Amino acid sequence: MNFLDNIWLIPLFPLFGAALMLLVGRKLDPQPVSEVAIAPGVEPIFEPGHEQSGSFHSHGGGFHTHSGDSAHDHGHGHSPLKFLINLICPGMILLAFIFSAGAVWQLAHLQGERIHEVVKFSWLAGLPFHTATGQMASFHADWGFLLDPLSSVMILVVTGIGFLIHVYSTGYMAHDNGYYRFFGYLNLFVFFMLMLVLANNYALLFVGWEGVGLCSYLLIGFYFHKKSAGDAGKKAFIVNRIGDAGFILGMLLMLSVLGTIKFTDVNLILRSGLFTPEVASFGVLSTMALLLFVGATGKSAQFPLYVWLPDAMEGPTPVSALIHAATMVTAGVYMVARSAALFQLTPHTLTIVAMVGAFTAIFAATIALVQNDIKRVLAYSTVSQLGYMFLALGVGAYWVAIFHLFTHAFFKALLFLGSGSVIHAMSGEQDMRHMGSLKNKIPVTHWTMFVGSVAIAGIPGLAGFFSKDEILWQAYSSPQGSQVLYVVGLITAGLTAFYMWRLMNMTFYGNSRVKPEVASHIHESGPAMTVPLVVLAIGSVLAGWLGTPKLWTWFGENWRSFEAWLEPSFRSAAMEAAKEGEHSASLEWTLMAVSVAIAVIGISIARYFYHHKPHIPDSMEQALKPLHGILLNKWYVDELYDFLFVDGLCKGGGRLLGSFDRNVVDGGVNGAGWLTRFSSKVSMFWDEWVVDGTVRLTSFTVKLLAYPVCMLQTGGVQVYAFFVVVGALAFLGYFVAR
Amino acid sequence: MHPISTVHYLVLSAALLLIGTVGVLTRRNVVIILMSIELILNAVNINLVAFSHSWHGPQGQIFAIFVITDAVAEAAVGLGILIALFRNKETVLADEIDLLKW
Repeated sequence: MNFLDNIWLIPLFPLFGAALMLLVGRKLDPQPVSEVAIAPGVEPIFEPGHEQSGSFHSHGGGFHTHSGDSAHDHGHGHSPLKFLINLICPGMILLAFIFSAGAVWQLAHLQGERIHEVVKFSWLAGLPFHTATGQMASFHADWGFLLDPLSSVMILVVTGIGFLIHVYSTGYMAHDNGYYRFFGYLNLFVFFMLMLVLANNYALLFVGWEGVGLCSYLLIGFYFHKKSAGDAGKKAFIVNRIGDAGFILGMLLMLSVLGTIKFTDVNLILRSGLFTPEVASFGVLSTMALLLFVGATGKSAQFPLYVWLPDAMEGPTPVSALIHAATMVTAGVYMVARSAALFQLTPHTLTIVAMVGAFTAIFAATIALVQNDIKRVLAYSTVSQLGYMFLALGVGAYWVAIFHLFTHAFFKALLFLGSGSVIHAMSGEQDMRHMGSLKNKIPVTHWTMFVGSVAIAGIPGLAGFFSKDEILWQAYSSPQGSQVLYVVGLITAGLTAFYMWRLMNMTFYGNSRVKPEVASHIHESGPAMTVPLVVLAIGSVLAGWLGTPKLWTWFGENWRSFEAWLEPSFRSAAMEAAKEGEHSASLEWTLMAVSVAIAVIGISIARYFYHHKPHIPDSMEQALKPLHGILLNKWYVDELYDFLFVDGLCKGGGRLLGSFDRNVVDGGVNGAGWLTRFSSKVSMFWDEWVVDGTVRLTSFTVKLLAYPVCMLQTGGVQVYAFFVVVGALAFLGYFVAR
Repeated sequence: MHPISTVHYLVLSAALLLIGTVGVLTRRNVVIILMSIELILNAVNINLVAFSHSWHGPQGQIFAIFVITDAVAEAAVGLGILIALFRNKETVLADEIDLLKW
């Protein structure tokens, strides 16, 4: 079977599932429509006299335990329809994954250049115009699909991790209403994500880009009866729009300068030598790259626009894992990597990218240090890790960014799903202050999360170590890099290790601080949830071995398959010059040792603080109250944005617009009203005095003339008879006289 | 002694017409007015019969029969209207009734 020519089919599998769910799912859903989705484990809101289906009552106090394997007498828990949904939705993703794997396999065995493009049909075609360089060009965008090493990594991550998360969701969402809706959105998301990574031009990429944004919005607001969830969805949507504006402007600027937005053509033009690197100035290419990067900051939650991602944790946990950790938020990284040829020509923008990335990494890590909500810690961790990826992009190490994206997808999806399993076990409790000592109660979750935490902390042998260490090494050694970036990255690594082990200690070890009413319900999740955890844990261990450090050689062979695989996507003349400078092997070993050391130190401090001496964090909190407050409140960035933009710009602008409305618009309307009334008055005057006057004058005249005649008509019969006689006599007299 | 000629009839007829006309115009009682109308009609009848006699033709007499029939009908309708009028107005005096105006 020729998978390569049929890659356009890959996105259609999840689209089919989504269409099925969203078009007919509602009709098939056994739930009453009125009952909205209830957050897993969250106590459902009972209306008096409103019978909720069975199981809530079977547990004491109406408390809803939430488990995959414990017996549930939900009417819909095992319905054939649910079985069908479980079969179709993850099945579609599995099909897409198998298809993707086949396509990637064939791509790997392609003779010559590993690039395959399939154009199905033309989508947008515009009139010819002159580009800024004087060439003729016409706007053109196809439904075209591009499979090259870069997009092949992305589709495998999206479909592979996506499949595991779908399987997990069948367990996690089993007792939620709106089951079909959830899976419909999730499949739709995978469809758009595949469109995004398989597109062969920026316009089609943007279609996927907006589509995943939509699905993100829908899924963040999945529990739409909660105001906070709805608000979080809106926030994500609006903040993303700010970035998208940059993306569109960048895309249009690219069209007007290069005359094309097709990836392969753009790369061809940029590498043709027509444009020289803008080293000395900040020119049009730098602007273009910067605008695209603005789009990436929105989607990938980088510094000024990261605020939506932590709030996005209002969505169901599998959504956080799939969209807000593993795939969608990495779209910005993918897009920048896709535009590598452009960014390579614009060192100033690259510096900005690196600085933003590094700042975001350390900034988010500091916030993660003190958060108490288990998902928020992971959310800030995601922001921080995305910052790492942008740091890698910014120092020109594109493959490392994708490598980190790849490994991060495994361990962060694992951590999120693990946290979901914890929340599930804790009947919806997300506050780590009310956890502790869960290690033996939910062993599978504990061990898989242990693996994930070790991986993200950067202990050698696991995925996170390889990618993170490569980023740090590139930040130090690449011509774009600098010691400052390296140090920031290193500190972030230490902070990462610390907050992850703070999370582990608060959740799984130490003394139990579990609320008594929750404690009796703690249970391990069912196989639908634990199996994906285990698979992801294995992936978190093994994924990194695809890109071992340069110094690690086996049999004299350097096994850097990931870099070699991605090399065609990032190859360019400019990049040859940007190859990492000569550094001694001993330096690399030293740096590697330092990063491992700082990870170990971070873990140890966290272990010491939160396990051995639990009073130390409290006393530190007291001692450093202002700092702790600032961190706990996320550096008050949300408040600042509220003050500056929501209150300042929107409401201030609202006042301005309000006065404009009152004075100009209302004035116009009122003026028009006055004019109408005036003209109607004139018209009325004319009507009353001229038209009516004429009519009245006529009737008055007639009346006047009729008056003497009326005098004759007395009503007396004899008078009339008298007239008759007079008339007759007159006739007679006339004839006689004649 | 003059034989009775047509002129005599005509004089009688003219006298009756005059009496009837004056009666119609001057009497207040509607009943008398109706009776005066009968006088006028009979003046006409005398005329018709007189000319019929002098011309030796039957047409005048036939016409007179028609006029008598007509007078009967007229008297019947007129008295009916009079009774209805009296019920409504409680009067039979013509000058107290001025309904025939706009």
